[in-house]
Amino acid sequence: MIRVGLTAKSTGIKLIEGSLDIEKETPNDKVIALAGNPNVGKSTVFNALTGMNQHTGNWPGKTVTSAQGKCTFNKTNYIMVDIPGTYSLMAHSAEEEVARDFICFGNPDAIIVVCDATCLERNMNLVLQTIEISDHVIVCVNLMDEAKKKHIHIDFGSLQKDLGVPVVGISARSGKGLGELMQAVEELNNETFINPIKIKYISPIEEAIAILEPAVKEKLGDKLSSRWVSLKLIDSDDSLMSSIKKYLGFDITKDEAIAKKIFEARAHLKECGINEDTLNDKIASCLVITAEGICADAVSFESEKYNSRDRKIDRILTSKWSGYPIMILLLIFIFYLTITGANYPSEIIANVLFKFQDVLLEFFKSLHIPNWITDMVVMGVYRVLAWVVSVMLPPMAIFFPLFTLLEDVGYLPRIAFNLDRHFKKANACGKQALTMCMGFGCNAAGIVGCRIIDSPRERLIATITNNFVPCNGRFPTLIAIITMFFASSVALPFQSFISTLILTGVIVLGIIMTFLISKLLSVTILKGVPSSFTLELPPYRKPQIGKVIVRSIFDRTLFVLGRAAVVAAPAGLIIWIMANVKVGGISLLLHCSQFLDPFAKLLGLDGVILIAFILGFPANEIVVPIIIMAYMATGSIVDLQDLTQLRTLLVNNGWTWLTAVCTMLFSLMHWPCSTTCLTIKKETQSLKWTAISFAIPTVVGMLICFLVASTARIFGLV
Amino acid sequence: MNEIFSLSNLKEGETATVKKLRSTGSMRRRLQDIGLIEGTRVECLQKSPSGDPIAFLIRGAVIALRSEDSCNVVMSEN
Repeated sequence: MIRVGLTAKSTGIKLIEGSLDIEKETPNDKVIALAGNPNVGKSTVFNALTGMNQHTGNWPGKTVTSAQGKCTFNKTNYIMVDIPGTYSLMAHSAEEEVARDFICFGNPDAIIVVCDATCLERNMNLVLQTIEISDHVIVCVNLMDEAKKKHIHIDFGSLQKDLGVPVVGISARSGKGLGELMQAVEELNNETFINPIKIKYISPIEEAIAILEPAVKEKLGDKLSSRWVSLKLIDSDDSLMSSIKKYLGFDITKDEAIAKKIFEARAHLKECGINEDTLNDKIASCLVITAEGICADAVSFESEKYNSRDRKIDRILTSKWSGYPIMILLLIFIFYLTITGANYPSEIIANVLFKFQDVLLEFFKSLHIPNWITDMVVMGVYRVLAWVVSVMLPPMAIFFPLFTLLEDVGYLPRIAFNLDRHFKKANACGKQALTMCMGFGCNAAGIVGCRIIDSPRERLIATITNNFVPCNGRFPTLIAIITMFFASSVALPFQSFISTLILTGVIVLGIIMTFLISKLLSVTILKGVPSSFTLELPPYRKPQIGKVIVRSIFDRTLFVLGRAAVVAAPAGLIIWIMANVKVGGISLLLHCSQFLDPFAKLLGLDGVILIAFILGFPANEIVVPIIIMAYMATGSIVDLQDLTQLRTLLVNNGWTWLTAVCTMLFSLMHWPCSTTCLTIKKETQSLKWTAISFAIPTVVGMLICFLVASTARIFGLV
Repeated sequence: MNEIFSLSNLKEGETATVKKLRSTGSMRRRLQDIGLIEGTRVECLQKSPSGDPIAFLIRGAVIALRSEDSCNVVMSEN
């Protein structure tokens, strides 16, 4: 899962600059770039080498930022740079540009191209393109364990001979072969056998290159491969030319000698019947055919049906009859596990934390600290903290690992595959299904995930609508209300089940709203046609269940605790102040809620609920505590062990089933939390779109609440 | 006018060979990147439950394409 709170380097614009800033600790540190197609396990290799706790996934776009990590081998420090996964270096997209620019201008000491052993031919394209640019390439064939299972044999000797660079087979998941890999890296500069393959194009192209190369070599020297740059000049690769200008400081196309030779080269090609368009085709074909040849020599499949297991599984997961039901059932299942699984730990944590509260109170008393400070710190700050941790942590710690497992197995692209058509009807991109799923975990993570969408227009649509799916921070609000108001009348064993069903219903509503608003946006402020789209369905891989669960729980726990400290604690302080500072006999909190009450009533809510949502801007999980605190008018959060007591409290304050429904609807559709807003600003680099992302869910939510409340009242249902 | 046999006409389980790419611009290059060039053998694997996109086996990898793109890949019948 792409984590929330990525550093400043993770914004699109800074990415290009940031990715070339490598911090070497000593001058002897070596910089190693890690390249490869998406879905080859590049992140696994990166993690295995650097030990950094980054999540790995089976989906392209996972590593969209350039991550750096340190690896020490035989007393040398290596700085590993994980560059975005791409299919080629021809810079058709922002990721490809980043990858190519780093390889060309980032001065890596070596480039490791990670390949999938079960799909070597397709990966070979990138290998060949990389070798064209740099001599210091090592081919790392990953997923050897999967290849073995599928009875695919790879002749490394043949590969090494054909490619002319070191080729190492590894299985990053189990850690096999990593030593050999680093050994190859170490020996790279000493290696004398290295004789990288030179891609031979058809004669007219070779002749054209020969015309131009000497002039280019003179201008560039050793900075870049002159042969490769010559080819790109003839092919008018504008992106490369502007990067050369940016990083090397001169406009190579403006050089007179070179410009003349380019003209000559192109004229020669025209004579041979190759114009601009066909040139590009010929270059691409040549790479594909060379790759085919190399793999034909080196790879042998014992059985033609080696992928039959995956095909069978896909037939079930994406078939007409079982595709959608399975998706929905899976959703229900995950939510069910999250809800039931969270109950028990929640209780335990709540008990522990509230017992500790008494300890704190005693401690403060013994130090003779004035009452109001004790009150503020313990009853205000600590209580909110305790509430958030006991309520937020268990669901997050369960949901994220489950979702991660789903990702690792490779199911998520199938979701995009199933839902693409519907997104296309909404003039959006099928990959939005993925960002929507990420939004379930955390809306800010979903926003960052929108990078996998190439088209800026579709990316904005995905960004703006991401908030319509409730994140883990809103689950507790929804679950609490559902349990208190709708499931409490049902017998205990069924309670979880009914809660799950209603929660799923709410979420399905969120998904429907996503589609509707996407469609609305695409015919109004974000007009345009659906962009082109290729979606890879990677092979299913057995996830390392134990490792994933442990790491994810650890990961999420730290995150929640961190957020609790940074957000919930100060929020608790503010709420305590507002609830206890009295002006004219009533607290500030009550003043505000009374002020908002008339408007809130229109929406089927009340002033307290509305102010709770407003104060919940930093983090959605504190909305319910605030509501409770305000109703209690005692100025502090009450122990939450007994939900029936809570229900009584709410009913006594005027709650009806309508209030519960409208609160749930508003929780589903209101402004994004502060972290999400900040992330949107960073990703879109625009205040305008951030404001729109803030406004749209809010307005929609208010409208719907208003409609529901009015309808219920008109029909006398309340 | 002859009906052109394209990738989108391929039925599940059928295989054919690429004759020509009619797409232009970035889609054309993207298709070439994944190995879809003249002479490539492609097998139609699976339709999405909603009918579109369709998953194809291209040089060992499974790639899904929308019908508006696959109809621009001209195939030669076997």
